[in-house]
Amino acid sequence: MQDLLYFFQQLINGLTIGSAYALIAIGYTMVYGIIGMINFAHGEIYMIGAYTALITITGLASLGVAWLPLVLLVALICAMLVSSSMGWAVERVAYRPVRGRHRLIPLISAIGMSIFLQNYVHLAQGSRNIGFPALIEGGFTFGPADSFQTSISYMQITIFITTLICMTALSLFISRSRTGRACRAVSQDLGMANLLGIDTNRIISATFIIGAALAAVAGLLLGMYYGSIDPLFGFIAGLKAFTAAVLGGIGSIPGAMLGGLILGVSESMTSGYLSGEYKDVVSFGLLILILLFKPTGLLGKPEVEKI
Amino acid sequence: MAAQNLKHALFCAIITLIIAYPILGLNLEAEGTQVVLEGADTVTVVSIALAAIVVFLFQLFRDTIMASLGRIPRLNPLANREPMEQGRRQRFETIALVLLVMAALAWPFFVSRGSVDLATLVLIYVMLALGLNVVVGLAGLLDLGYVAFYAVGAYTFALLSQYFGISFWLALPLGACLAALFGLVLGFPVLRLRGDYLAIVTLGFGEIIRILLNNMTWLTGGPNGIGGIPDPTLFGMEFGRRIKEEGNSSFHEVFGIAYSSEHKIIFLYLIALVLAVFTAVVIRRFTKMPVGRSWEALREDEIAARSLGLSRTSVKLSAFTIGAFFAGFAGTVFASKQGFISPESFVFLESAIILAIVVLGGMGSQIGVILAAIAVVILPELAREFSEFRMLIFGAAMVLMMVWRPQGLLPMRRIHIELKKQE
Repeated sequence: MQDLLYFFQQLINGLTIGSAYALIAIGYTMVYGIIGMINFAHGEIYMIGAYTALITITGLASLGVAWLPLVLLVALICAMLVSSSMGWAVERVAYRPVRGRHRLIPLISAIGMSIFLQNYVHLAQGSRNIGFPALIEGGFTFGPADSFQTSISYMQITIFITTLICMTALSLFISRSRTGRACRAVSQDLGMANLLGIDTNRIISATFIIGAALAAVAGLLLGMYYGSIDPLFGFIAGLKAFTAAVLGGIGSIPGAMLGGLILGVSESMTSGYLSGEYKDVVSFGLLILILLFKPTGLLGKPEVEKI
Repeated sequence: MAAQNLKHALFCAIITLIIAYPILGLNLEAEGTQVVLEGADTVTVVSIALAAIVVFLFQLFRDTIMASLGRIPRLNPLANREPMEQGRRQRFETIALVLLVMAALAWPFFVSRGSVDLATLVLIYVMLALGLNVVVGLAGLLDLGYVAFYAVGAYTFALLSQYFGISFWLALPLGACLAALFGLVLGFPVLRLRGDYLAIVTLGFGEIIRILLNNMTWLTGGPNGIGGIPDPTLFGMEFGRRIKEEGNSSFHEVFGIAYSSEHKIIFLYLIALVLAVFTAVVIRRFTKMPVGRSWEALREDEIAARSLGLSRTSVKLSAFTIGAFFAGFAGTVFASKQGFISPESFVFLESAIILAIVVLGGMGSQIGVILAAIAVVILPELAREFSEFRMLIFGAAMVLMMVWRPQGLLPMRRIHIELKKQE
């Protein structure tokens, strides 16, 4: 019984982290699906989202605004606004001029951008950890009072529900709206979409903006969940999210969700049963294994090599 | 057109404000357990406003500015010169290289201890960059975990000397070969992957090595690292004041000169110099051999190269292994120079710095890479007050290079034979 409860606890923790990873992974997978590049700076966009959210929350607190839903909503909107602007600007400055060149050139440009953004925040806000106030406290507990108890905090529920809402909204947007249809068309064939009168530059910008906005949501949620942020925390999270995107099949949006959940669960199982130190080893090992044996991921389409 | 430009310029200026003001203009300060928000000083706020105005003006007059930029004559006076004839060029390069090496040999005897130490570090980076240049520049494989091989070299020496008392000269080939073996073992499965996937897998590998080094405390000392790594000896002569090992003699006693701690520094510098020159020469020879040519062929067009009968795996594997070998070399020298190593020295940022050197110098070009290594290591030392901006500038430089000059500052010159013009 106790083992089972412990297992459920790890599962819940894993699903929470995993759904937040999925939100970041969307940015990788959509960009890769459309222009075939790894947006290495995406983790930094997420980190900037978290910083903006914290700045907004602290600012509102000093203004005396304390009504929780309002604080969270304003923080969310500000984080999304700043992150999306950042995503747009990064695409405009670093990726658009090198689009269509050899595959490694956009990637190196993206690595440069990632280093730049990390140090931009580092210089502006300092390198130390900053505490993120836990605005949502409390939760449910299950199990006998005298031994191990499984607990679900309200924060975890919030993360899960927010992710679900974002994912549903995104799927609806991609499948129903005019821009969403254009997105799908561009990802199938950029040249053809261009010929048919779709402004592909606009669609690519839109992809970056959507990805960055979702990363900002994840930044707010995970910042609150972990309780502290620093300029480097986007890097590892970005890699994890990229792993999730590859795991699910890069280019596929349901794949990103699935990959995120699998990655989150396997990570929390590793820290629960083995050692927290090795959870990064497990996720990178998983990434390497997937790329070696099934580079198309779980839900991805195989890529045909054309001559 | 003008109205559209104005709209676009206004939009860009607003975006600049949005991305700059919250992060730069509002600082989070920890006060006890509480986090408070503080406005930045006036200088920062004014410069953010100025930046927005500059962006606005630039976007407003973008067409005019771009047109007038295009009219400025090229800054590089050598750009339009006829290239030198092949034979003369090679002779010229040889003479220049010999002079450079002679100067580098004599140099440490005239300068301060600090600069010699720094120069040793530069040479280590030259070795690393030359090795990575084979992988990234010549073979076109983006390796983001190159620092892992550097770590393997350094830790091989540290561990062997700690547990078995092995000296520098034995550890040097061992470390390099072990790093090469790691390269071979890692390269074998991953080299089938496409370019950008390869980059991520190597990055993951680099991180795994670092995490393992950090956590295998029983072997590597974990985050505390390994200290007491011995200095290299010259034919059994030690450079310390007292002899540490039985049977060795001491350098200053054998030659009957006064003890000076500078001897050791200069000796290390000379070792690093010899090894760096060795690296450069070996790699230069490689590029002229069939294997080096096939690296470039595979980089330029994989399908064409394969249809001409090149084995993709063995060609890529050779590049990967040779790159790893020289990283192991550099790692051993680094361990011996520092006398202490810990996983802190082998983070991803280090890989990124080495990559930045290769990219800035011009992928594939040896002279370019050497100059870039010198610049990247020395410039931050010269401008100490800007040292915190170092990584910021690196990142920006990488982006700008890719946008404007992806071939690097000194692009590689192809080995080619020119047909004589008919009379």
